[in-house]
Amino acid sequence: MSMPDPSETFRQEARELIEQLEQGLLDLEQRPGDGDLVNSVFRALHTIKGSGAMFGFTEVATFVHEFETAFDRVRKGESAPTPELIAVALDAKDHVHKLIEEPGVQLAGGEAILVALRKIVAGGAAPAPVPAAAAVAAPASAPAAGLWRIRFRLPADCIAFGTNPLLLLEEIAGIGPCVVRALTDQVPPLAALDPEVPHVEWEVDLEAADPRAAIDDVFLFLRDGMDLSVEPVPSEAASPAPAAAAEIAAVPEAAHAAKEAKETKETKTPAAAAEKAGSSMRVPAERLDELMDRVGELVIAQARLTQIAASSSDIGLKTIAEELERLSSGLRDTTMGIRMVPIGSLFGRFRRLVHDLSRDLDKEIEFITTGEETELDKTMIERLADPLVHLIRNAVDHGLEDAEIRARSGKPAHGTVRLSAVYAGAEVAISVSDDGAGLNAERIRAKAEEAGLLTPDAKVTEAELFQMIFHPGFSTAKEITALSGRGVGMDVVKRTIDGLRGSIDLTSTPGKGTTATLRLPLTLAIIDGMLVRVGNGRYTIPLAAVEECVELPASADQVSRGRNFLDIRGSLVPFIRLREIFGCQTPPDEHQKVVIVSSGDMRVGLVVDQIIGNNQTVIKQLSKLHSGIKTFSGATILGDGTVALILDAMHLVGVGQSFEQAGRAA
Amino acid sequence: MSKTILTIDDSASIRQMVALTLASAGYNVLEAGNGAEGFDQATSHAVDAVITDLNMPVMNGIEFIRKYRSHPASKGVPIVLLTTESDEELKRQAKEAGATGWIVKPFKQDQFLAVVKKVAGA
Repeated sequence: MSMPDPSETFRQEARELIEQLEQGLLDLEQRPGDGDLVNSVFRALHTIKGSGAMFGFTEVATFVHEFETAFDRVRKGESAPTPELIAVALDAKDHVHKLIEEPGVQLAGGEAILVALRKIVAGGAAPAPVPAAAAVAAPASAPAAGLWRIRFRLPADCIAFGTNPLLLLEEIAGIGPCVVRALTDQVPPLAALDPEVPHVEWEVDLEAADPRAAIDDVFLFLRDGMDLSVEPVPSEAASPAPAAAAEIAAVPEAAHAAKEAKETKETKTPAAAAEKAGSSMRVPAERLDELMDRVGELVIAQARLTQIAASSSDIGLKTIAEELERLSSGLRDTTMGIRMVPIGSLFGRFRRLVHDLSRDLDKEIEFITTGEETELDKTMIERLADPLVHLIRNAVDHGLEDAEIRARSGKPAHGTVRLSAVYAGAEVAISVSDDGAGLNAERIRAKAEEAGLLTPDAKVTEAELFQMIFHPGFSTAKEITALSGRGVGMDVVKRTIDGLRGSIDLTSTPGKGTTATLRLPLTLAIIDGMLVRVGNGRYTIPLAAVEECVELPASADQVSRGRNFLDIRGSLVPFIRLREIFGCQTPPDEHQKVVIVSSGDMRVGLVVDQIIGNNQTVIKQLSKLHSGIKTFSGATILGDGTVALILDAMHLVGVGQSFEQAGRAA
Repeated sequence: MSKTILTIDDSASIRQMVALTLASAGYNVLEAGNGAEGFDQATSHAVDAVITDLNMPVMNGIEFIRKYRSHPASKGVPIVLLTTESDEELKRQAKEAGATGWIVKPFKQDQFLAVVKKVAGA
């Protein structure tokens, strides 16, 4: 069995504890009277300290010890968890984080934080760190050897509490040659004998240089509750040699009593060490990726089998193919389920962000999160962190007005930022909303025209206008703050979300606030796709994006380019001829089909030669060389082993919409 | 037959280190993440000794000791505390509840094994 590096385990664990610490501190700011919270903060500190010292993170242990000492005053109710204290405690937490992530690097500022912390909790200096000592003390050096008589009677409850007298005697015997006598005068008659109580008193003659320290060690755990005497025996007293053989024989007998209680249990099968407690276990993320990859391959192989079985008349083969299809789709779901993590872990991080923003910008903010239990692919959650940080910063920095302005417009002094996650079909919708001033459409328009993104006479909907914000280099902040408004960011947010095959929409009501909504697929690895043929090539369209399929009416087929619109139940939908985009030379099929795909509330039709059907699509990334290609988001391997490219519906919708704009302009 | 030792600690790293140290000395090791899990383990397996942390969520070490000592399976089974500092008050409570011995963190492996051997035998 390979064991991971314990100090790495410590680091991982410490990261979690630090997070827990942060959450606890932030919660404590909201509910200062909550004793459970104080205890949980304290426990986190305690564990970091204890483990830190064990794994050689001495600086961590020393620092956290001081941190803990200061916080102990809070636990004891001698000091209140004021916002000032929380702020310093958060700084201290950051310091601990650095100490753990960069061991050995000299970090300044630790002492200053501790001084501030101590000042807040007490206004006095905390006691110096107590160097933790091991229980087993080194034996003191001693004068010349002599004979010592040790007499002891064990506490009445010691056997029940797990002390084995035999082990104690053996330990004494390990110090030097000795003779052991059992003094049985206080042993009651058998009828009255309680086998769990040590009735025997022991007398040991030990030949050793002053054994008092060593004897203290032997009785380390019992010293307080027992009679023990260690005295030198005058040299004329009996030599320890062959004093009483019978008495020595008494030793195992006494020990037998102690063992008795155990005997019954030892007949049971001893538990295997492998059988461990705990309902969850840690697995490196790469292994999950590997598993997902294998499942993907399996799904592909299964698709091939299904294809072969479909064209065969062998009932046995068909049955097996169906069975395998059922099993592999179950395996796929389970595997994907393993990768799912509640988004709450991500939301938690933002509370600190909002806390700090609130302090730095001097805005009172209430941060509300909902839907923490919503699960998303772990990779997705990791990649979502940065875009969400940006959106939250924007909400706080640009969205929420200053207290003064809020008061004038009759809003509560504290602004509210909401972060929520909900399932929406095969997608998760995550939204960041604020109750601030809302987006200024005029200013966005002006800015967009200034940046050459819009012509002054172009007509755009509000939603389209808001999408301008995601163009690179676009920023409406009048004044650039340290936090946001540097114009880098929103385009990066958009790119990241696109990369996750998601979408982002902004809605805003002047004076009421802004909401940014991200829509993301539940997973990145496997999607349901619709397989289509264009010319000789086969392509997959993500099924989640497909709204409907219609036949291309002959009338629409005839009209010239630039006027490519379909009338779908009264609304005009632009369409793209994929044959043209892909430069197909083969003659088109007689009846062209249109697959209507949508992104947000925009739709576009994709004209194809043939719709083949649905398939489970294992997404393989395109090589770096092809990363610039926008039309395709990846590739997949079909049942017969050939490759089909996956169409990027989002991008094609954008292309279609630009056609539409061009069409309107014409 | 090698002895089975149950280690109860909410810190996975400490548990891992304790388990490694014990396993290298030839003990069988069971693990639990808090007192409640520890109690389930201690009463469903034949254990020869228990090593427990004091400060734990769900059920702390002292509560564990009280509960375990009130169960007949605990008769004669030594319980060793892992304490972070020599917190006399906690130690006293633990002893009263039925702890056999203690080890103060941080400890070296040989010190740790010495204590385990002292209470549980080799």
